[in-house]
Amino acid sequence: MNLAEQLPVLPVIIPLVAAPITLLLPQGRAPHLWATLISWLTFAACIFLVSAVSDAGVISYHLGGWVPPLGIEYRIDLANALVLALVSGIASVVFAFAYRSVRVEVDPRQSTFFYCAMLICLTGLLGVTITGDAFNVFVFLEISSLSTYALIAMGANRDRRALTAAFNYLVMGTIGATFFVIGIGLLYQATGTLNMADLHDRLAGQSNRMVEAGFAFIVVGIGLKLAMFPLHLWLPNAYTYAPSAVSAFIAATATKVAVYVLIRFFYSVFGFDFGFVAFAFTYVLLPLGLAGMFIASLVALFQDDVKRMLAYSSVAQIGYMLLGLSFATVEGLTASLVHILNHALMKGALFMAVACVVFRTGSHSLQAFAGLAKRMPVTTWAFILSGLSLIGVPLTVGFISKWYLLTAAFAAGHGYAAFLIVASSLIALVYIGRVAEMMLLREAPSEGPYAIPIKEAPLSMLIPMWVLVAANIYFGVRTDLTGDLATRAAEALMLVAGGAP
Amino acid sequence: MISPGLAIPLALWVPLLGCLAIWLLDKSPNLREAATLITGVILFVLTVTVFMAVSEGQRPGFQALEVIDGLPIAFQAEPLGALFAVIASGLWLVNSVYSIGYMRAGNEKNQTRFYMSFAVAISAAIGVAFAANLFTLFIFYEVLTLSTFPLVTHKGDEKARRGGRIYLGVLMATSIGLLLPAIVWTYVIAGTTDFMPGGILAQHVDAVGPLVGILLGLYAFGIGKAALMPAHPWLPNAMVAPTPVSAFLHAVAVVKAGVFAILKIVIYIFGIDLLKDTGASIPFMWIAAGSILLASAIAMNQDNLKARLAYSTVSQLSYITLGAMLATSMGVMGGAMQIAAHALGKMTLFMCAGAIYVAHHKTLISEMRGLGRVMPFTFGAFFLGAMSIVGLPPMAGSWPKFFLMLGAADAGQLAIIVVLIISSILNVVYLLSIPVQAFYMNPAEEGAKPQGAGGAFIDWGALKEAPILCIAPPMFTAAGVIALFFFADPLYRFLLPLIGGG
Repeated sequence: MNLAEQLPVLPVIIPLVAAPITLLLPQGRAPHLWATLISWLTFAACIFLVSAVSDAGVISYHLGGWVPPLGIEYRIDLANALVLALVSGIASVVFAFAYRSVRVEVDPRQSTFFYCAMLICLTGLLGVTITGDAFNVFVFLEISSLSTYALIAMGANRDRRALTAAFNYLVMGTIGATFFVIGIGLLYQATGTLNMADLHDRLAGQSNRMVEAGFAFIVVGIGLKLAMFPLHLWLPNAYTYAPSAVSAFIAATATKVAVYVLIRFFYSVFGFDFGFVAFAFTYVLLPLGLAGMFIASLVALFQDDVKRMLAYSSVAQIGYMLLGLSFATVEGLTASLVHILNHALMKGALFMAVACVVFRTGSHSLQAFAGLAKRMPVTTWAFILSGLSLIGVPLTVGFISKWYLLTAAFAAGHGYAAFLIVASSLIALVYIGRVAEMMLLREAPSEGPYAIPIKEAPLSMLIPMWVLVAANIYFGVRTDLTGDLATRAAEALMLVAGGAP
Repeated sequence: MISPGLAIPLALWVPLLGCLAIWLLDKSPNLREAATLITGVILFVLTVTVFMAVSEGQRPGFQALEVIDGLPIAFQAEPLGALFAVIASGLWLVNSVYSIGYMRAGNEKNQTRFYMSFAVAISAAIGVAFAANLFTLFIFYEVLTLSTFPLVTHKGDEKARRGGRIYLGVLMATSIGLLLPAIVWTYVIAGTTDFMPGGILAQHVDAVGPLVGILLGLYAFGIGKAALMPAHPWLPNAMVAPTPVSAFLHAVAVVKAGVFAILKIVIYIFGIDLLKDTGASIPFMWIAAGSILLASAIAMNQDNLKARLAYSTVSQLSYITLGAMLATSMGVMGGAMQIAAHALGKMTLFMCAGAIYVAHHKTLISEMRGLGRVMPFTFGAFFLGAMSIVGLPPMAGSWPKFFLMLGAADAGQLAIIVVLIISSILNVVYLLSIPVQAFYMNPAEEGAKPQGAGGAFIDWGALKEAPILCIAPPMFTAAGVIALFFFADPLYRFLLPLIGGG
């Protein structure tokens, strides 16, 4: 038994085993260094996994040697390999970034718990992504959610409202998880299996009330987790009051993983034979995606808190992903997958820039950003470049997303959607523009709480942030890693789903 | 001599290196300005190299990288682009000299940022000029918008912020909201966005069908830089910028990038024949004609000199759009010549406006009566530039009007000829009246009616001109306006391949 054979399980095992060890470490620098090291190891494992999948096709790993459908199967194809690389990649950047930010925002006595919870959260997200077992998805989803509730609540050190935000999320998230597990239960009743591939085979031709109800429960349950408009109400507060490093991490990963789960269930478990899928695409995802794009963007426009603005922007961006996958074409699915990756890069960088501002000014209100271009130029430009990426300016990943999405919309005969997409990105132009104008063109206040002379954020924060900003630009001009792999992943998914590839 | 294939990438990179040098030389203004001028000279030599190669029939180009399959960032020089590049780089050099005079005389702040933004903007303009496909053009179009934003908001006060907001808002909204979908749509239909003689959509008429007009409309209004009404408000609002910015960017680089893009799209994406056969461009021809007259009418009511020039620019840009939308060979030729002629003429006018501001801090036309007698050189240059814009021989501006009228006649649109004549008359009224009043009237004092000239016409001993660096450039371009009139034939021959000749 060599390591290469066990590669598929490593992304889950490494952080899972490392998490409790964090608690044994002394307070101070050690837990952070340990968590960062683990996230890098995990990232390396995921990269190996992507290249293995890219060469060999689907990898199936039987946990504990138990043969599926009885045993739990880890099933890695290009679609989840990409998401794995994304989640662990973001983790390896955010964990490295977190130290200084966490030291001022989280109660120092909780720092070991903090990094432990981060690692558990990472384990959960990777587990959800990697597994080929429907019930296992639920288990890992809860692992990641529970740790996220705790992480958000740690923001209470700065702002007590983090507690209600975490509690709200707990209630909504638990409802979502319950719906999801009810749906899984119904499918299990109908088919007697929990393995996704097996479910797909056995669901073929089945179209009874039980399966239909199961489908509905799963869609609503996941819809809550991914903050599908109008099930997004937990998200703005959670992102706003969480410690900044946590916001950066979960904004870039948690909802993306949930979108991936939705894709997986639509395309790999149910498939197009199941009549409700097409129905859900046309009458649920498409209109809700469009509505989310606009309404959430418009709400973002009127936020005076930059973190909350970015949170609403996330809800809007999820609308793009739902829109892409609802076209049920290779192009649409590719656009959706590419946007999952790209949005993580831009939102991660934006939240990290806000974290730098919070670190120096102690606030994430719009007023704190006045005149920052002179006082924190490096942070300012990171924010502006990632903001341009969010708007979709060429040479950034945002443009690549828009290009794929627009192409998909025209090719699928939804030309009107193309215009709605660009219209909503113009709203992004306005809300990013508000912050940019504040930073570039306003004078720094001479009195009031933000008048203190402010220095640039420390290098330990700037370097990881600029790694993500650079990724925004690199993947904005080279798409052979993101676009091509996503296209192949989408083709494979379409093949399983039974659509014309 | 450097090879033309190498000259294109160098022309893109040299201004960026210049930008870096300007940044490094922040502390010593003289060296910093030297960096700008040296960059300008090198860039001009490079674009002339490309221009010469193109005139010999070569089409140098290169591909930088392929972003998405079938969507490369690629460059290729063709006559229109080579012409635009030479105009932009040549006038940038002239304008840089002028900028030095203007910015120093006015003791402006943040001069390093000013010159850096200028260098990035010129690189973007060169990118637009040499773009081999719509995708590349779009990239540099957006870079041009963003890099000029700091120039528009240079003053940093509330008025500048408001102007900047409208500038960025209109240009980004039109380009992302209309131009980007149009490009994607074209790509989905044709499978490519390459500029090809004859047009790429012409081969996919079935797929485009009756939607040609809609697609053309997306381009016409999506390219906000062409300032086709009602996508024009950004241009008057950009006048809050220092005058060198208005002179170069909002008379040459930015606005010409817009109309240049429209011409390229009509020639190389749709193909003149497709538009002629479908008649899809007729509505836009009328919109352009309306834009010409309406903008002139608004210009007439502007007392602020820069605002009047801005609306005049809106009007003059629509000549080029009109030429494209006529969908005839002569129309396209007229549009292409107008790019060159208007650039020289309008830049002269703006530089004169700046010189007046530097010397006398006057911005209102009503305050400039009699001023010609203390600034004869400035107003002399202004007079020549205005003559060219009106279209009187022997000024460069007369040729494009001539070709546009030929084009209108070819297209059987006699009413357009009437529009052109009315517009020229309006131009006479609102442009030529300025130097005439400056030379022949007495300054108005405290609400009194201005009087006719009295006493000595010009007292040569008591001139109050702007610094030499602010007067020499407009006089130079004014001389260029006359020179170009006599060199219209080589220019015509150079541009012939555009319309399938040569």
